[in-house]
Amino acid sequence: MKASVKIMRRNFLKISAGACAAAAGLLQSGAAWAATWNKNGFDSKTAVDAQNSLGATNLIDSRDITITAPDIAENGAIVPVAITSKIPNTQSISIIAEKNPFPLAASFDISAGGEAYVSTRLKMGQTSNVRAIVKADGKFYTAIKEVKITVGGCG
Amino acid sequence: MAEPMKIRATLQGDTADVRILMRHPMETGTRKTATGVVPLHFIQSVLVEHNGKTVLDAQWSQAISRDPFLGLRVKGAKLGDKISVTWTDNKGDKRSDDVAVSAGT
Repeated sequence: MKASVKIMRRNFLKISAGACAAAAGLLQSGAAWAATWNKNGFDSKTAVDAQNSLGATNLIDSRDITITAPDIAENGAIVPVAITSKIPNTQSISIIAEKNPFPLAASFDISAGGEAYVSTRLKMGQTSNVRAIVKADGKFYTAIKEVKITVGGCG
Repeated sequence: MAEPMKIRATLQGDTADVRILMRHPMETGTRKTATGVVPLHFIQSVLVEHNGKTVLDAQWSQAISRDPFLGLRVKGAKLGDKISVTWTDNKGDKRSDDVAVSAGT
């Protein structure tokens, strides 16, 4: 525990000059973490680490996932993103904005028999791929869509 | 402390279209003001229940926009069913609101 605090602090100092990236050090102050909150995933700084934190090491491209997002978003602070999965038994949908300082934006666990659709609004620092990762029957499926950002929404 | 959510649940066939608007600053922990950096403050988890049964359990990062929006669809809903939403943020603040499913237009 102590070691990880130290590492966090080191990271924090290293990147405190960077605009968005400084959040890692401040995460320590959060007192009550939800038991299921995927801290490793949300602390990941690369899209690949974020994927691995979901257990999604073997991704299958799928056309049954629809990402509804603008091609060009003028305001990176509000990028509407909706994900629909037509894959049977969809268990969870995760959204990764690949070039964000912390790429994993959200994970949605869908109860059995639930409709595999979620819609929300993201902040995006810069033009990047938005990746959806859908877990269904223990397998991971993915789709991507590029969103161009005119004005970044990080900070 | 936390402000109420706006929730709308309208029935379309046997599916309720649920739209939730939460009031939250969703600070990334990097925004600077004259007095310094605004600390990280964001909604971490959102739980949506249909008549007391969980339908969606969301985990969020600070990358969700300020005053977050969440849209979902709940299968097998009927008029008057209760949709309740609870969010928890990284400071342990919570807010719960519910709404009855109403007729769609």
